[in-house]
Amino acid sequence: MGDPWIAREISLSPRIVFPNKILPYLLVAPQLAITLVFFYWPAGQALYQSMLRQDPFGLRTKFVWFANFRKVLADPAYLNSIQVTVVFSLATAIVAMGVALLLAVMAEKAVRGKGLYRTLLIWPYAVAPAIAGMLWLFLFNPSIGSLAYLLRSLGIAWDPLLNGTHAMILLVSAAAWKQISYNFLFFVAGLQAVPKTLIEAAAMDGAGETKRFWTIVFPLLAPTTFFLLVVNTVYALFDTFGIVHAVTGGGPGKTTETLVYKVYNDGFVNLILGDSAAQSVILMAIVIALTAIQFRYVERKVHYG
Amino acid sequence: MATVDLKDVKKVYPSGVEAVKGVSIAIPDKELCVLVGPSGCGKSTLLRMIAGLETISAGTVAIDGKVVNAIGPTERDIAMVFQNYALYPHMKVYDNMAYGLRNRGTPKDEIDSRVRSTAKVLELSALLDRRPRELSGGQRQRVAMGRAIVRNPKVFLFDEPLSNLDAKLRGQMRVEIKNLQRKLGVTSVYVTHDQLEAMTLADILVVMNAGLVEQTGAPLDVYEKPASIFVASFIGAPPMNLLALTGSSSGPILADGTAIDFAARETPAVTLGFRPEDADVTFNAEALPGALVLPATVEAVEPVGAESFLHCAAAGSRIVVRVSGRAAAKPGDQLRVVAKAEKLHWFDQAGKRVD
Repeated sequence: MGDPWIAREISLSPRIVFPNKILPYLLVAPQLAITLVFFYWPAGQALYQSMLRQDPFGLRTKFVWFANFRKVLADPAYLNSIQVTVVFSLATAIVAMGVALLLAVMAEKAVRGKGLYRTLLIWPYAVAPAIAGMLWLFLFNPSIGSLAYLLRSLGIAWDPLLNGTHAMILLVSAAAWKQISYNFLFFVAGLQAVPKTLIEAAAMDGAGETKRFWTIVFPLLAPTTFFLLVVNTVYALFDTFGIVHAVTGGGPGKTTETLVYKVYNDGFVNLILGDSAAQSVILMAIVIALTAIQFRYVERKVHYG
Repeated sequence: MATVDLKDVKKVYPSGVEAVKGVSIAIPDKELCVLVGPSGCGKSTLLRMIAGLETISAGTVAIDGKVVNAIGPTERDIAMVFQNYALYPHMKVYDNMAYGLRNRGTPKDEIDSRVRSTAKVLELSALLDRRPRELSGGQRQRVAMGRAIVRNPKVFLFDEPLSNLDAKLRGQMRVEIKNLQRKLGVTSVYVTHDQLEAMTLADILVVMNAGLVEQTGAPLDVYEKPASIFVASFIGAPPMNLLALTGSSSGPILADGTAIDFAARETPAVTLGFRPEDADVTFNAEALPGALVLPATVEAVEPVGAESFLHCAAAGSRIVVRVSGRAAAKPGDQLRVVAKAEKLHWFDQAGKRVD
């Protein structure tokens, strides 16, 4: 009793007390209903489905416990998909962030028309993933793409339809291009938050422009960079279905089949529902883990000064 | 070490605002020059031009006889203490101080010995492994000083370095800065809006107003012979009392009609001033030839211990008189304020001093 800390906390966050005991529950009910119907129910269904095995016509269903998981995890095609996903996600995150940081630094340096640059660089974010994919597909189509023609005239045997590496490069470019705007926005904000006097102090301390960037600006951007790393990884893992579908469809062979795309392929194309459900459950676990990391590190505010 | 010479320096911003309108100052080697003035007078802009953080629109800045207009801040070999200290938040105190030396390729063991000896001078030795956010305001201030000193630059620049400290610490640091500067013998430019800091620190005091230099000189010379009404009212606390004069057939008179009988000269002065400590009060009614005598009403008494300030209404203005010890007067008292004629300051229509 009489602890000043407790007293202060109460006065800082005023508690609203409802006179009626039922009203608060009624107020949160819609949100709870949506969460239950659209999140927990499907998740539960997926979990249940992942332990079932069904014949192709859906006539007989057998409960097989974790057999589907064992099967999926032993499948070379699934392990390949994991590898593809890791390569694709890392490459997308690194390219998207690297280019965005470069553009943000350059846009910050612009003396005139800063606002115009920023607006133009943010626009691509408004383009739907499938459209972005189509755009890149056409630009780099081996037979009709203008940029593919350019590459060939430079002596590069460009063929994303047959060459898996080329297909991956194309996919990463399309996915990264889509995300650059978002990253750009955050990097611009991050750069503006770096106090100008620090840069001036570093200049007077004899640090040239490049040195200032790597020793002062970049370390101070670390919270932004880490946040974007998580966001970009999540994006590359889960939000790129449209791009994969439009650009490569997982091919050639299975060289660009990411985990999410494989879930779709096995479940909706090949109709192996049990396997597909088991894969979604694994993905769900990955999402939960990533979200936990995000909350643990990103939400914790970094204070400088 | 180095001299700093400003010749007709101007700063015009792209928006057309003229922040500095032609300033010339010559700072001899090892001296501390204080730029003082109200906010917006251009003193910080001038400092930033010396630092190389602002381009110079016209005129020249020379350090050690060499014009540095076209040389960037990285190459000028100047150190600056910023108002908000501008310590690198992600570096430890040690690295904050070593940063400038590392950038100049100083050998590692020399960096170490210099950082440690500077830290010792500033009593920072125990804090070298801390980060700036773990330090108090006064400690951060010291680190900022240390970062400047450790490099042994040609010139120190101080941009209101004490304004974020509490009054007691400010007083301590003021003395410390003065001692350090004298000991190290580094030419320094110090910007402040605090006239007390300016008076106590300066070898050369430069009073600025609206982008121009109002007066340059030794602090006490400026105090005793302010060149203009602006300087008179800016330097000194409380400021100089100023009374408007009007001409009449019998000579100049004050706003309330009091004749200034001893000012028989044909003075062009329109303003008369005297410092609070150059006046006294008396309850007697005897004639005092050769002195300015103003009937006054005490409005407020401010005892501050060793002295008291009497705020009075006299000659249509409010004036302040400083008396030592406890004041005998109380609010509402009628008395006479007396200032000796030789202690009066006269200013003309343009606000310039008339002797």
